[in-house]
Amino acid sequence: MSKSKTVHPYIPNSDPGIQKEMLETIGVSSIDEFYKGIPEKLRVKGMLNLPEALPAEWDLKRHVEDMMRENVSCRDSLSFLGGGCWQHQVPAVCDEINSRSEFLTAYAGEPYEDHGRFQALFEYASMMAELLEMDAVNVPTYDGSQAAATSLRMASRITGRKRVVVAANSHPDRIRVIRNYCYPDISVDVVDFDENTGSVTFEKIEELLGNDTAAIYIENPSFFGTIEAEGGKIAEKAHEAGALFVVSCDPSSLGVFTPPAGYGADIVCGDLQPLGMHMYYGGARAGFIATRDEEKFVLEYPSRLFGIAPTTHKEWGFGDIAWERLSFHDRENAKEFVGTAAALWAITAGVYLALMGPRGMQELGEGILKRNAYARKRLSSIRGVKSLFPEGACFKDFGLNFDETKKSVKEINESLRAEGIFGCVDLSGTHPDLGQSGLFAVTEVHNASDIDRLADALQRAVA
Amino acid sequence: MGMNMQTRLRDFHQARWDEPIIYELSKPGERGVLVPEFDGEEVDVRVPEGMQRSGEVNLPEMGQMRVLRHFLRLSQENLGADLNIDVGQGTCTMKYSPKINEQLAANPKVAELHPYQDESTVQGLLRMIHETDLCLREISGMDRFSLQQGGGSHALLAIASIVRKWVDSRGESDTRDEIITTIFSHPSNAAVSKLKGFKVITIYPAEDGRPDIEALKAAVSKRTAALLITNPEDIGIYNSKIKEFTEIVHEAGGICSYDQANLNGIMGLTRAREAGFDLCFFNLHKTFSAPHGCGGPGGGVVGATEELAEFLPVPLVSCDEKEERYYLDYDVPNSIGKVKDFYGVVPVILKAYAWIRSLGAEGLLEAAKVAVLNNNYLFKKILEIPGCTAPYAEGELRVEQVRYSWEPMTRETGITTGDIQNRMFDFGVHYWTSHEPWVVPEPFTIEPTESYSKDELDEFVAILKHVAEEARTDPETLKTAPHRSTIHHIDHDYLDDPSKWAMTWRAYKKKFDGYFEPKK
Repeated sequence: MSKSKTVHPYIPNSDPGIQKEMLETIGVSSIDEFYKGIPEKLRVKGMLNLPEALPAEWDLKRHVEDMMRENVSCRDSLSFLGGGCWQHQVPAVCDEINSRSEFLTAYAGEPYEDHGRFQALFEYASMMAELLEMDAVNVPTYDGSQAAATSLRMASRITGRKRVVVAANSHPDRIRVIRNYCYPDISVDVVDFDENTGSVTFEKIEELLGNDTAAIYIENPSFFGTIEAEGGKIAEKAHEAGALFVVSCDPSSLGVFTPPAGYGADIVCGDLQPLGMHMYYGGARAGFIATRDEEKFVLEYPSRLFGIAPTTHKEWGFGDIAWERLSFHDRENAKEFVGTAAALWAITAGVYLALMGPRGMQELGEGILKRNAYARKRLSSIRGVKSLFPEGACFKDFGLNFDETKKSVKEINESLRAEGIFGCVDLSGTHPDLGQSGLFAVTEVHNASDIDRLADALQRAVA
Repeated sequence: MGMNMQTRLRDFHQARWDEPIIYELSKPGERGVLVPEFDGEEVDVRVPEGMQRSGEVNLPEMGQMRVLRHFLRLSQENLGADLNIDVGQGTCTMKYSPKINEQLAANPKVAELHPYQDESTVQGLLRMIHETDLCLREISGMDRFSLQQGGGSHALLAIASIVRKWVDSRGESDTRDEIITTIFSHPSNAAVSKLKGFKVITIYPAEDGRPDIEALKAAVSKRTAALLITNPEDIGIYNSKIKEFTEIVHEAGGICSYDQANLNGIMGLTRAREAGFDLCFFNLHKTFSAPHGCGGPGGGVVGATEELAEFLPVPLVSCDEKEERYYLDYDVPNSIGKVKDFYGVVPVILKAYAWIRSLGAEGLLEAAKVAVLNNNYLFKKILEIPGCTAPYAEGELRVEQVRYSWEPMTRETGITTGDIQNRMFDFGVHYWTSHEPWVVPEPFTIEPTESYSKDELDEFVAILKHVAEEARTDPETLKTAPHRSTIHHIDHDYLDDPSKWAMTWRAYKKKFDGYFEPKK
């Protein structure tokens, strides 16, 4: 039996009969005629050298699942990893909504055909606005790092100044993103933190502030999980110098913490991952930016902002606010740039906040603070293990120092892994001044016995 | 009875739930989800003074099913690509996003991985990323890929950052300060160049629609840092002189970046390498089938030649072949640093990998050929509609998309592409005008990809034809469209006037009472 051409299920018009009919309609004899414009010397000779095709769905599924089986996930293991990405409860309704074909496969249509996404994103922004106590919230950008970097460029345009001061207790990757994004025209000065408290050093901020400073940027909680108590004072200093105060925060902390606007922040940013996104190896991120509803801020957003508007039939309508500032409209004369970023995660975060409600967010925050305090107490009572910043509360993350145990973080993590535990983020490479230190994190997914199990294993690991 | 198979027009009406704003649905006391309580010993927690939030967050209080129903209703009021013949988003039409790929990405062995896990526990994932890199190298002819970027424009940001760093590394920061692009390349090419401190020079097309090579020659100088260009451009015409373009820029000492966000028409046929490019990027949503999600998450992968690979963002994923071990590679000597958290949009990378593996080399080529066949079929059919033209290169076939113009129709009837757009929604299809500025007057851009059957293409043409006829027979219906959408005409004044605009319910409540009654 001669083998006929395989029509791939994703390519309906691959069938030779249909192709013939279509070619006749067009009035050409073969598909090659469409490619006459491509010079011979630019053509691929023969076929690309790619792995063998797996057109049968089952074969593909088997291949990919077999490959992924080599991974050990945070559900196969007990994980205390944090540092900007955390294991949280993801309500089933979040997954249900973001896997709906209507949202999942929509491009980014107009208000009349995609009313649903406009309303869902408006509602997302509305709930975030309440969490943040700000009036304007964007359709999110790629991630918290991009949001931070854009916030600083916005601050630079608003103030007309070209220097920003960034707290050294920020996420190290985020500082790298900020540096690249601000380069070449905005200089970035990093201000040290106090090695006892983990907080930024107020005097050093004052030293760095000048009449060329566009913004002071801090993260609260910091990368180390510490809570900045002097936000109000920093805001005051920034404003006295004519600079803006930009704060990145963890939205899942705001059921219990004062939002940055409450202590003087002008631009607030952060990442939505804790609000209903699985971790995906750090691959599910979305960056929010929030400000007051003032023209000087609103017109500097490079992101889309969805506004509410009346219709001829008294419905809730939606559309783009101040479209002309966007690069879609004005190419190189626009505010930075805009493109496909992370809208589906914003819809997800909206679903999450609606499910959690005020009490859920409060209980989440309180529960994390309790677990954190319990874990720090349990772990720092192990001989040779020291709490890195023992003063005050920490949120999710907390640092431990192992110098006295004479063990490296690497060795300790290996011992823990042998017991089925993913231990801590190793700080010895990124923060050598802190010695052999690591960052552990707890969230609402951990119960007391998980933390006790970690404590017992850690005790053995450092012994 | 279903749709009329002769006219191919549907008696469509989009879902219209008249759904309130979520805050109007709140009932104090209801709960949507509970948070696991802590069952251990209570330890004193000291939150710094002033950092304790006063009062509850003003969020809606709703039972779980009510939340579900609200968002399901909103989803029904959204026209996803799975539901319509979504060929109206030329330059960026989404192809079919296979459901199996969604299942594969949702696997807890992918979804529940933490970015700081030990490399030994993520070997399968790192291998997948590395193998995707190898496939992309073969597809482009480039030597190395960064899969970190979150979308096409983000990939362009990485590229402009590389150009910046490359120029600086040669001590030419002040003298090589111009980037050349074309008006039919995506606007982000121009925007990111400006962001990275370059002056932007924009080339317009010659009469045949291709970028004007004489204009390029005039623009190029020792100030030229780079050329950022698409081919085929947004109008769907392949620039046969592309190699000459890259040579002209190379001779002046600049480098060349190929915007291949949309590779649909030429995948497996011709590559960035042979055309002389130093850098290129692909969108993983779009060309490699990952869904668009209402505007992300997507993925933008940047390829570089050996010479420029040292500038790519860190980390790359490498393979130690002796030990058969995959690892995050930070040994990139002149790296621009990072452009994104962690290592990229992992679920999207996995979906792209699965798509490439499903099709293989022959399937990719077939996808390209059928995308072009479908486009030229539509081209033939759409040009038969009176009042519609396709400016530039008359009589020439197109590659994967066409930018059409309703200019003759507008002149004759006063009906614009915007009017037609609003009426197309009444038949359940998406229709986009085009990127601004409208160099082609009254434009629309159609791109079918390989995903749609001939019958579906015929249906789309039938709708377009019907609407064009209405421009002459019933212009009022067009001008007052849409009639069968979820909502009716929006008053745009509320989006542009700062005293009226409200981007959140909180802002709305400060400006209005009831239904847009200004606060006294």
